[in-house]
Amino acid sequence: MLTVTDLHASYGAITALRGISLDVKEGELIALLGANGAGKSTTLKSITGVHRQVKGAIALSGESIANKTPEAIVKKGISLVPEGRDIFGGLTVEENLRLGAYTCYDRTKYRKDLQDMFELFPILEERRRQAGGLLSGGEQQQLAIARALMSHPKLLLLDEPSLGLSPTMVDQIFVLIKSLHERGTTILLVEQNAERALEIVDRAYLLTNGSITFAGTPESLRSQVDIVDAYFGGDDGSKSEVVL
Amino acid sequence: MEFVINTISLGSLYALLALGLVFVYGILKLVNFAYGEYVMVGGYALFVMGSMQGVPWWVTALIAVAMAALVSYLTELTAFRPVRTKSVSALFVTSFAVSMLLQNLALILVSPRAKAVQFPPLFNRTVSLMGAVTPMRNLLIIGTAAVLLTGLSLLMKYSVIGIAMRAAAEKFTTTRLMGVPANLMISIAFIISGFLAGVVAVFWVSRSASVDPLTGAAPLLVAFIATVVGGMFSLVGAVAGGFIYGLLFNLLSVFLPASLINYRDAFMFVIVILFLLFKPEGLIRGNYTEERVG
Repeated sequence: MLTVTDLHASYGAITALRGISLDVKEGELIALLGANGAGKSTTLKSITGVHRQVKGAIALSGESIANKTPEAIVKKGISLVPEGRDIFGGLTVEENLRLGAYTCYDRTKYRKDLQDMFELFPILEERRRQAGGLLSGGEQQQLAIARALMSHPKLLLLDEPSLGLSPTMVDQIFVLIKSLHERGTTILLVEQNAERALEIVDRAYLLTNGSITFAGTPESLRSQVDIVDAYFGGDDGSKSEVVL
Repeated sequence: MEFVINTISLGSLYALLALGLVFVYGILKLVNFAYGEYVMVGGYALFVMGSMQGVPWWVTALIAVAMAALVSYLTELTAFRPVRTKSVSALFVTSFAVSMLLQNLALILVSPRAKAVQFPPLFNRTVSLMGAVTPMRNLLIIGTAAVLLTGLSLLMKYSVIGIAMRAAAEKFTTTRLMGVPANLMISIAFIISGFLAGVVAVFWVSRSASVDPLTGAAPLLVAFIATVVGGMFSLVGAVAGGFIYGLLFNLLSVFLPASLINYRDAFMFVIVILFLLFKPEGLIRGNYTEERVG
C-alpha cells in the first residue's frame, strides 16, 4: 500500500536519510525501529509532507505523494499520530476529534464515528467537553489516536506512541495498537521500545544512521544476536528500557 | 455617564482594531505593519464612494469594508504568501514594504493632502441617553462592535473553520495534518483582519471626516499597544486590551492637567513599556505557541 523507494532527506547541510526503501502492505502492522537520531521521525515527516527537503519516491496505492502538502496527503488517506501527541490543548476533546474528521465530514457519519471512538476510548466521552490540555498523558495519547482514526485513514502512522507514558498506559497502548491491527487497520509504528514493538508487529525495519540496516520478521531480527545485543541490550532488567 | 459611554465606544473601536491585528498574528506569527493601511484603504474607499452622487450611505460603508478586506487578502496573496516559508524577518520586512507601497499608492493616485470624507449627519447628531449627551456615532460603534464581537466569537466557537483557526494558532503544522489547508487558514485570517480594519475605518475616519496617506499610522499604533497590553496570544486578550486602552486613554484625558493633555500618547507608551518589562505576555496568556509557519 505504501511504497517508499530510495528516499533521501536532509535538513540543510545535514543528511537525515540516505536512500531508504520500505513498503507496507494492506492490513500489515510494521515497525520502524532505530536509535535517537536514526531518522525515524524524519521518515514519517517525509511521508506526511511535513518535511519537504526530500528526494526519492513515496507512493500510496501506486499514486505518488512525494512533495505534496500535508493537507493533500491526509486527504489521500495517511493519518499521523505525531510524536508527543500534539493534541490541541486549547480545544475541547470533541473539537479535537472534529478536526480529525475535517477531510471527510458528513454530519450523520461524524456522529457515528464519534460514538465509535467513545466506545473505543470511554475516557474521551467522559472528558468530551474538557480542554485537551487538561488530559493526562495517556488520555492525550488516546485522543491523538482517536483524532487520527476519525479520518478513516488507509494507513495509520504512529510516532513513538508509548513515549513518556506510565508502564500501565504503555501496556494499554500496545494492546490498543494490536486490536486496531486485528480490525484491519494498516499501521506503520515508529518505536524506541523495540522489544514491545516486536511482540506485536508482522515485520520490522531497523534504521541506523539514516539507512535501513535490517528488514524482516521479528523472529529473524531477534535471531540475529549481535544486532539485538548492539541495539536492544540483553534481557536483564537493567537494559530493558534501552534507548537504541 | 458620558465618560462611560465614551469609554465603551472608544474601547469597542480599539477592541475591533486589536482583534484584526491578532487574527493574523495568531496564525502567521506576523505583526503585520501594513495593518494600518487597510484602515486607510477603507477611508479612501469612503472618500471615493462618498463623492459619487446618489450612492446610499450604507452602500458606501459596505464597499469600504469590502475594499479593506479585499486589499488585505490581495496583500496576503501577492506579498506575504511568496515569503511565507522563509524567515520571520522576511515576513516582517515584507509587511513594512506593503505598508509603504500602499501609502505611496494613495499619495500618487489620490493626493498627498487630506481629503474630506462625507458622512451622513446622523453620525454627529447628538442624542441624550440616561442624562448623557453623546454623538450618535458613539452608539453606532458600540452597537456594531457588540454585533461583530458576538458574531465572531460564535464563528470561532462553533464553526469548523473557527475551530481550525484556533487550532492553527496553537499548532499550525498539526492543523495541516488534520487536512486543513494552510493557505485557506491564512487567507481567512487576512480577510477577517481586513474586514475589521474596514469597519474601524468607517468610524475612525468619521471622527476627523478626512483621510490622508498617513491615516493608517495611528490605528496601527493603537492596535499594537492594545495587543501588547491584552496579550498577543489570544483573541479575548486583544479585545480586553482594546477596552483597557480605551479606558486608560479616557482616564488620562480626564485626570491629566490641561497642560499635559497633549502628552497622553507619551503616557500610553510608558504603560506599554511597563507591560513589556513586567508582563510581556500581556494580561491574557492564551494557548498560542511561537511555532513557525512553514
